[in-house]
Amino acid sequence: MIRFTHASKRYTSGFDALQDVSFHMPAGQMAFLTGHSGAGKSTLLKLIALLERSSRGQVFVNGQNLGKIPRWRIPYFRRNIGIIFQDHQLLFDRTVFDNVALPLIIAGYPQREIGRRVRAALDKVGLLGKEKVYPITLSGGEQQRVGIARAVVNKPPLLLADEPTGNLDPELSREIMTIFEEFSQVGVTVLVATHDIALIETLPYRVLALKNGKLHYDSDPSEET
Amino acid sequence: MNSKTTSSRPERHLTTGLRVYLLRHLQVFFYSLGQLSRSPFATLMTAAVIGIALALPTGLHLMLKNARQLSGGWDGATQISLFLKRTVQEEQARRLANQIRNLPGVAGVRFISRREALNEFRRLSGFGDALTALEDNPLPSVLVIQPTLAASDPGKTGRLLQRLRQYPAVDIAQLDMQWVKRLYAIMNIVQRGVLVLAILLGIAVLLVIGNTIRLAIQNRRAEIVVMKLIGGTDGFIRRPFLYTGFWYGVFGGMIAYLLVTLSVSILAGPIEKLAGLYQHHFRLTGLDAEATLLLLLIGILLGLGGSWLAVGRHLREIEPA
Repeated sequence: MIRFTHASKRYTSGFDALQDVSFHMPAGQMAFLTGHSGAGKSTLLKLIALLERSSRGQVFVNGQNLGKIPRWRIPYFRRNIGIIFQDHQLLFDRTVFDNVALPLIIAGYPQREIGRRVRAALDKVGLLGKEKVYPITLSGGEQQRVGIARAVVNKPPLLLADEPTGNLDPELSREIMTIFEEFSQVGVTVLVATHDIALIETLPYRVLALKNGKLHYDSDPSEET
Repeated sequence: MNSKTTSSRPERHLTTGLRVYLLRHLQVFFYSLGQLSRSPFATLMTAAVIGIALALPTGLHLMLKNARQLSGGWDGATQISLFLKRTVQEEQARRLANQIRNLPGVAGVRFISRREALNEFRRLSGFGDALTALEDNPLPSVLVIQPTLAASDPGKTGRLLQRLRQYPAVDIAQLDMQWVKRLYAIMNIVQRGVLVLAILLGIAVLLVIGNTIRLAIQNRRAEIVVMKLIGGTDGFIRRPFLYTGFWYGVFGGMIAYLLVTLSVSILAGPIEKLAGLYQHHFRLTGLDAEATLLLLLIGILLGLGGSWLAVGRHLREIEPA
């Protein structure tokens, strides 16, 4: 599902955020991406979501070479990736329902379908019944779950999460991880960037560790890269 | 049966797709109107600026149109009046008229005898009683000469005038309606001026709307970032801003219409009174349906254009990071 071949990212400032990173993540796998802040976790996720382009080497997602996707195709490409952010990136002037419905509206789903799918996504994250409230009235954990519902509402095959439990206490973090595990079990590829070592050590998933922009440790290097 | 269902399916899919697309447009159409109505004062201010900018050239255009209507009665080409010497007899004058009629460049000659001239003068001038007090008819006979269309440019009429002056029976040869030509020339210049002004003010409207939309884009930066993150195309993100520009154009056009109509109704009374003093029936015409529609259309186009410029420039700058 995701393949990096000698991918590097140098920002225009001259800073090397990623250097010669190669790995392969098969479809349906769940993995953690760890490392200190500044190690390149966010940059790696940005390369996958085409928020940045690699300066050298190649990145493939779902068999597509991202270097060959023109700018105007990027929105359509991103519709196949659910992205979850540490700061949720919710729109606070819209209800929970409208926030979650946004990817479907953008993709042009019919109204009836939208209602059904939004309720299904909210049900999955345990927020059914909060459709009509505004995100500001929710707790941090609940806001994060709205973000997850929005990311999965159009059933993307790939889910990326950047520090999704960054601001949450251990118990809520555990809950969020359980939600990710459930998606993984139905075949979604899940890549979670986190520095919460204590949490991921309790879970049986692959760990990719970055250090100073290089792939420093891979618990489960799968076949060729 | 089987092939029938497979062929009808994509078709049905296409029509639902189209319906959803149109529904979305309709939603954004009213959503952007709702956004504007949340800050009615700011919206009104912007719309008023646009309205005034549109009203100015529209009003001037209307003035020109009225002036042209007023002078429309004198639209005949140049005429030459030959005032004959008072000693010339009517018989002699008629012979001269026939002679001139055969000259090249002359389309027609009208003979006004001294008696006819007197009657006409009596009728039009209001000095009827004073004239009857005169023993002798003071007016000469007149030949009114209409040059052919081909000969009515200033050079050719000038030469014709020279030639007519040489007849011994002619006292004065006068080129009439020269001033109408001058008036037309002046109006043409004014028209150009109005056009230049309209273009400049149109650009001003474009910039005002562009700047307003630019601020709106900056206010909704976070929303645009989220849209881009979850796969919103540029077209999708652009749409609400374009509709906002559209509404500004509509409101601006409506305000311009109201301003012009109000000005016309304020001026109509005094102008009618003035025309009355000249014993002239004249009504100031306002904006007709066609002009109103054109005004609204120009407003809308400028609104869309301004927001398009702003969105094109600023949407690219906002990228999720």
